Amino acid sequence: MNPTPEITPADECQIHPLSGAAARPGRLLSAPLAAEVSATLAAGPDGGAAVRAVDLRVPLLEKNDILAERNRGYFLGRGLVALNLVSSPGSGKTTLLERTLDEFGRQTKCAVVVGDLETDNDGLRLRRAHAPVAQITTGGTCHLDASMVARGVESLDLEGVKILFIENVGNLVCPASFDLGEQVRVVLLSCTEGEDKPLKYPPIFKSANLVLLTKVDIADALGFKRDVAVENIRRIAPTARLIQLSSRSGEGVAEWLDYLRSLNPQR
Amino acid sequence: MHELGIMESAVDAALREARAHQASRIHRMVLRIGTLSGVEPDSLRFAFDVVTEGTAAAGAQLEVESVPARAWCAACAQEFGVESGFIYVCPHCGRLSGEVRQGHEMELSRLEMS
Repeated sequence: MNPTPEITPADECQIHPLSGAAARPGRLLSAPLAAEVSATLAAGPDGGAAVRAVDLRVPLLEKNDILAERNRGYFLGRGLVALNLVSSPGSGKTTLLERTLDEFGRQTKCAVVVGDLETDNDGLRLRRAHAPVAQITTGGTCHLDASMVARGVESLDLEGVKILFIENVGNLVCPASFDLGEQVRVVLLSCTEGEDKPLKYPPIFKSANLVLLTKVDIADALGFKRDVAVENIRRIAPTARLIQLSSRSGEGVAEWLDYLRSLNPQR
Repeated sequence: MHELGIMESAVDAALREARAHQASRIHRMVLRIGTLSGVEPDSLRFAFDVVTEGTAAAGAQLEVESVPARAWCAACAQEFGVESGFIYVCPHCGRLSGEVRQGHEMELSRLEMS
């Protein structure tokens, strides 16, 4: 058999081994064209395109998650540990950071990114010669996201910085959903808030690596039952580390600073 | 409070998928939302109409599927489902678990389009 090249080029036809019939292989269509063709073939009797269903797994916070991973890599590369501090407004995040910068920040270089809806009051309160601070005003957004943190960090001189504190917007709900690229999430609960906050706002407490029970110096005056609060924290976040402290009296502050030292930032 | 932004990214993703499939209309969208995601399904539904207005997803049906939490008990070396609430007690040994295996989901899981 001497097939002529123009009718049976090997790359165009296949010869069936038994019947000897020649067949052309189907051409591969580009994905959009294939979709169009299958939609046309599947079109309903009225000529309208048939409804197709696709199963997906598209994460809704994909953009934030990618940026958070980028932040995490950046922090790791610089050998610094980032902590994301979240709590209700007024639970003592800024006061704790002031004291931390004054005591711990003199030996270990720290930096702060602080978010609020408006004003740079916290940024001004935290300003120290030995610790760079960036204030982010979210303009109404109820949480910090990874891109805001990236921009805040960009404006800081991180030379020699070992610990980065990210003071989130005061809010016990929304910050739970947004990974900022931190290594440690710290959730604060103050004695002025009520012992059952962890039960009322469980997602954020569940996401905590460390829970700080703050303002314990005034717990008795408030009739705040510390043991009940501790029990509630334990039930929601059984594996989180728990420290009870008062930034004003100093109770428990040493334990918090020991915790920071234990994070052992490299480099 | 940020459900509007989350819905925006859900609708963006859906419109992107629809374009990739040469579809001009989205009929139904299914989201899977974990009980630990911190996102309120009712707020999502509220945001849906606002966000889809004037897009290929306008008038589409939205289904929000709740994903229950699952936790891991290290003592029993097994996973257990959490029926309700946020206190995860192992049904076999009664110990508290802090290791969440499922419940953080926030994803677009199904799209019906033409």
